[in-house]
Amino acid sequence: MLSALAWTILLAPLAAAALILLAGVHRPKLSAAAAIAGLLTGFFCAVRLFLHAYGRHDALLFESSVSWIALPGLTIPFGVLIDPLSLLMTLIVTGVGSLIFIYAVGYMAEDHAFSRFYGILSLFAFSMLTIVLSTNWIQLFIGWELVGFSSYMLIGHWYAKPSAAEAGKKAFMVNRVADFGFMLGILALWAASSPTVSQRSFHFLTLERQLSSLIHAGLIPAGTLTLIGLLLFCGPLGKSAQFPLHVWLPDAMEGPTPVSALIHAATMVAAGVYLLCRAFWLFSGLPEVMTVIMWVGGATAFLSACLALVENDLKRILAYSTLSQLGYMVMAVGLGGRVEGMYHLGTHAFFKALLFLSAGSVMHATHELNIWKLGGLAHSMRWTSLCFLVGALALAGCPGLSGFFSKDEILVLAREHHLGMYVLATITAGLTALYIARAWFVAFTGSSRLSTRHGAGGGDHGVQAHPPGPPSTHAGGESPPIMLVPLFVLAALSIAGGYLGIPHFLGASHTEFHWDVAATSIAAALIGLTLAWLIYKRQAVSAQQVVQALALPYSFLQRRYWIDEIYSWYVATVQQKLIAGLCAWVERVVIIGTAVNGTAWLTRGAGLLLRRCQTGRVQTYVFVFLIGVAGLLTLVLIR
Amino acid sequence: MIGPTHYLIVSALLFCIGLAGILTRRNVLMILLCIEVMFNAANLAFITYSYAWGNLGGHIAVFFIIVVSAAEVTVGLAIAILLSRQLRTLNADEVSLLKW
Repeated sequence: MLSALAWTILLAPLAAAALILLAGVHRPKLSAAAAIAGLLTGFFCAVRLFLHAYGRHDALLFESSVSWIALPGLTIPFGVLIDPLSLLMTLIVTGVGSLIFIYAVGYMAEDHAFSRFYGILSLFAFSMLTIVLSTNWIQLFIGWELVGFSSYMLIGHWYAKPSAAEAGKKAFMVNRVADFGFMLGILALWAASSPTVSQRSFHFLTLERQLSSLIHAGLIPAGTLTLIGLLLFCGPLGKSAQFPLHVWLPDAMEGPTPVSALIHAATMVAAGVYLLCRAFWLFSGLPEVMTVIMWVGGATAFLSACLALVENDLKRILAYSTLSQLGYMVMAVGLGGRVEGMYHLGTHAFFKALLFLSAGSVMHATHELNIWKLGGLAHSMRWTSLCFLVGALALAGCPGLSGFFSKDEILVLAREHHLGMYVLATITAGLTALYIARAWFVAFTGSSRLSTRHGAGGGDHGVQAHPPGPPSTHAGGESPPIMLVPLFVLAALSIAGGYLGIPHFLGASHTEFHWDVAATSIAAALIGLTLAWLIYKRQAVSAQQVVQALALPYSFLQRRYWIDEIYSWYVATVQQKLIAGLCAWVERVVIIGTAVNGTAWLTRGAGLLLRRCQTGRVQTYVFVFLIGVAGLLTLVLIR
Repeated sequence: MIGPTHYLIVSALLFCIGLAGILTRRNVLMILLCIEVMFNAANLAFITYSYAWGNLGGHIAVFFIIVVSAAEVTVGLAIAILLSRQLRTLNADEVSLLKW
């Protein structure tokens, strides 16, 4: 019964995707219904499993699998593994995912490729669940790549727009770079798992058992394991968009907003953190790797929060905020806090999806995302603004909301283990409050700066940019209920997320509430809020003056640390000119010049010499023939 | 006493005469004639051995050669006629179209 439920979770979205592909291409309503039904089925099955396991921890570890690839000495199963970690992640993916699916019905209503959108969304949900429920590294890797592919399809949904196509390509390629290291790590892990080939395994639980005993017996050198750990960390580095491979995520905002909410806030980017938690038994035994993970996470959290300060595009602010929060989670794992990381992952999925969907609602109504061109939304779009405010407060760590609790856990953890990280994380908390308050004050309060030509073009991020469909009928007004209801649910979750007992579910003992840490983080958040209020609301100091006073760091941030430029330089100069140039030279000179043309020259030269034999005189031929016969005859007779 | 050896010597002589003719003469008709001479040298050798060893196989070979040479002469003469018509010559040296 339990395994049937688990299989249903995994396969329902796939069935929906197949149905849409086979029957729904020209039936938008059927497609949306199938996709939503598929994911909701998964959600209800997950809830059923959750209720079954509620309060009974040991009841919740089982797996069911079929043999997928069977070779002599190597069997790779395909199956479902249910434990508290995967069940929590499944609940988040299917729950938040379903809300976003429903929201997208309203958001994508005017899209010409509605069915394709839902088909790929379902495929994405299946891929994500493949990762979450996988029993072994190979299945996880397949899901990992499928997620990359469907994310490419979704980011490039409006593929006729060059920037969207580019963004999809960039996301895919950056992830490929990271996944290559990840794949090497998986293979190395397999090779290390046992001295005998036939006992090697990709299976999570087997590996955990086998490797632990091998490590215990001192059969694996520490350096090897560190290398494996670092290679495996490449996967989360790309998928969770950590520095320096974060560059794809802000660009991925080219995709439709539900995609940004689903993929780049709630699920796909969380896959990296989930992986770190899944293989936590391995990472936690490797202090060097943990240090790297911690620093990468901390740096990402801080640097992206700085970038969010100077961004003018609402969705991009949220994208950098996502990066920053992912940095928090990775940092938490690096500090040894698996539970804290997953906790923040859960609450972040709620409030970041809420923020993204609110931004999408704004965009749906106004077709504008530049915060300086918005303003006064709190009057024209009350409900959306309210939801955004709830999300923003949760993100900023307002006491009592979900983000406060999970962030606080991470801060407590950081203070216990690494003071530098604690300071960095607290500063980041202040920056978080600053940038999200900036977005709120500029875009949602004050008076509207929108021009009256709604939907007639304008913003290059709008739904209307492609295709030129009919302009939204409720320009400037509130979004339809089908979009608002998911917002309300997410808002409720953002408020209540801290009381759901996520850490307890993951098996954490009750952590004490540290007033000093909480007070510090609240103070940091308040400083951020006050600064934003002074600059952007009261305008005690004009934003222009701040920019001028901090011209150098500002331009540095505006250029996003020149990382994109460095990559462009690397690709254009090192790869394109040096490596590709070398390859071109080899091809031109060695392959074409020597091998191909050389053969031709040899043949022609030989022909030039040999054709002298063709005199055209019969008697010459006869003479040569005579000599030949005489020669053969002599040979035969002599022997 | 005239025995197989003598016949074979005559055969060899005929063969060499024909060969020399082919190599030295330029007229296509003469070359064809010389080829016939060489055929008959071969025929003579076959008959001689057939006689010497009491084996009829040589006779069979000779009949085949006679038939084949008759066919060959038809083709050869047709070529000679075409040459004289098209190129107005029967000199083999001038007919060197099939060269590089």
